[in-house]
Amino acid sequence: MRLPLALSYLAAMLVLAAPARAQLEVDITGGIAQPMPIAIPGMSTPSVANTPAGDTASLGQRVADIVTNDLKNSGLFNPLPKSALQTVSQSQSNAPDYMFWTQSGAQALVQGFVQLNGDGSLTVACYLFDVLAKTELTRNGFIVQPAQWRQAAHKCSDMVYTRLTGEGPYFNSRVVYVSETGPKTNRTKRLAIMDQDGANHRFITNGQTIVLTPRFAPDRQTLVYMSYTNNRPRIYVYDVGSGSQRLVVDQPNMTFAPRFSPDGRSIVFSMAVGGNTDLYRVSASGGRAERLTTSPGIDTGASYSPDGSKIVFESDRSGTQQLYVMNADGSNQNRISFGGGRYATPVWSPRGDLIAFTRIGGGFAVGIMGIDGSGEKVLTNGWQDEGPSWSPNGRVIMFFRTGQDSGKADLWSVDLTGVNERPVPTPLDGSDPAWGPLLP
Amino acid sequence: MAHLTMRIALVSALALSVAACSKKKVEELPPAPATTAPAATPEAPPPATTGTTTVPGSRADFLEQAGTDTIHFGTDLYDIDAESQGILTRQAAWLTKYPNTAATIEGHADERGTREYNLALGDRRANAAKNFLVNAGISASRLSVISYGKERPVATGSDEASWAQNRRAVTVVPN
Repeated sequence: MRLPLALSYLAAMLVLAAPARAQLEVDITGGIAQPMPIAIPGMSTPSVANTPAGDTASLGQRVADIVTNDLKNSGLFNPLPKSALQTVSQSQSNAPDYMFWTQSGAQALVQGFVQLNGDGSLTVACYLFDVLAKTELTRNGFIVQPAQWRQAAHKCSDMVYTRLTGEGPYFNSRVVYVSETGPKTNRTKRLAIMDQDGANHRFITNGQTIVLTPRFAPDRQTLVYMSYTNNRPRIYVYDVGSGSQRLVVDQPNMTFAPRFSPDGRSIVFSMAVGGNTDLYRVSASGGRAERLTTSPGIDTGASYSPDGSKIVFESDRSGTQQLYVMNADGSNQNRISFGGGRYATPVWSPRGDLIAFTRIGGGFAVGIMGIDGSGEKVLTNGWQDEGPSWSPNGRVIMFFRTGQDSGKADLWSVDLTGVNERPVPTPLDGSDPAWGPLLP
Repeated sequence: MAHLTMRIALVSALALSVAACSKKKVEELPPAPATTAPAATPEAPPPATTGTTTVPGSRADFLEQAGTDTIHFGTDLYDIDAESQGILTRQAAWLTKYPNTAATIEGHADERGTREYNLALGDRRANAAKNFLVNAGISASRLSVISYGKERPVATGSDEASWAQNRRAVTVVPN
């Protein structure tokens, strides 16, 4: 299927985002040149029916709103305002009025419908059209329980996004983070989970103990995080469904900075023994921890490569915090950061080719570099931008930004090319975000 | 913590003599008065007072005898300098006098480090203080350590004076 004109818009932008390191040297100043104009009118319904999530006509509008929001927030699309749209009837939903849409200025068009099925499930049908070529590009139908209607909408967004950008999907995903409130000397911190667009937000812990650095397991049902329960800072595995948690390693020492391996079978973490912090690995189901590093420096911030064979981490063994890569069994530890700064909190991209980090020096900034340390690029410029986490498609980085003096932290995200830096809305303040895997 | 009241008196002296990477010298601290007004932050405990009589073996007594429960560190450092050695020596003397008292040593870092590194740095500082006390004769089994990283600052500014106050190890004895 050809999409010549529209593709040229996106190709011009996306050449800047290709994983080849040389292209990452391009200096992006200012915003994205030409987000693609796209029309996303409210979806129709073959028959208005009530569901636990509202009636199918209102769902049709709300699905379109979610798709609009997702695509706009990616920075690569410019959805037409509602005043420029026209209502789409059910019979038009897969047969667009191209004359109207051509005049609207849209280059792409998303239509669809929401239908209540006999068994109480919903079907959300999603069609993508090339307005200029007047052809359908792709379609898909998503069957969900009414309570998961937002996921169907995000899947529609992902369908459109992947078809037009060639990137992997990322909208149908959730984020876990630490919700913060209170005075700087005594912050109340609670674990919270939300959809990546901020919806379906709920608190997981009650704020009575400090909680830090939650991360998802690949199964999305489990978290690992650090808690000061009983005044003993330790890492715990938390089952999101049941709400139960268990200690990962029963040791008299502080354990922290945990991450799951990509196969979910291991947890890499840091443990401080007698003033020395090293990396350890333990089976996710518990057992004896295996030591991975032995340097007298502080070794922490471990993150697996997507194939699970390597680990990137930070260590101050050279005198300052720098990034190192080693095999997952601890062998062959090599420094990769030589850019003249101090580097911390490394995270391996799900695409495997980049590492995001916090660069320290006159404040903190979030940056990326190749897995061999080349092509280093700083992406943000707040006072303290820290703790990056990758979207499931390795295209967007979420981090937290702390304000000077106030100590107030908020979640932000930025495209890996450095554009589209934007706040992520949360009910209170936020820090330590971890972007989870795609939902099924 | 009751030591906050002493910190407030010292802020003006500290503000004038801060260097970016060096530890400040603070004047010798007078013993804390037995009755202290509560500090302005939410975590200040209620005044531990019974008029002018301090209960022997209590936390107030510890503060009075040792002078302070807190030692400070240079940026990214965890060495015990001469002044801290003096403070810890007085703490050890008190702990020797009350051998049934356990203590928790907290380690803290200022906000200019990343979260996980600061947890480890706080642990280094708490252990440095603990090791000094052990070498001064206090049984290690009486001393536990806990790092708070940058999670519990006592000073709220983003400036050298505040950061210097936050780089600390605090010896906490039961009340």
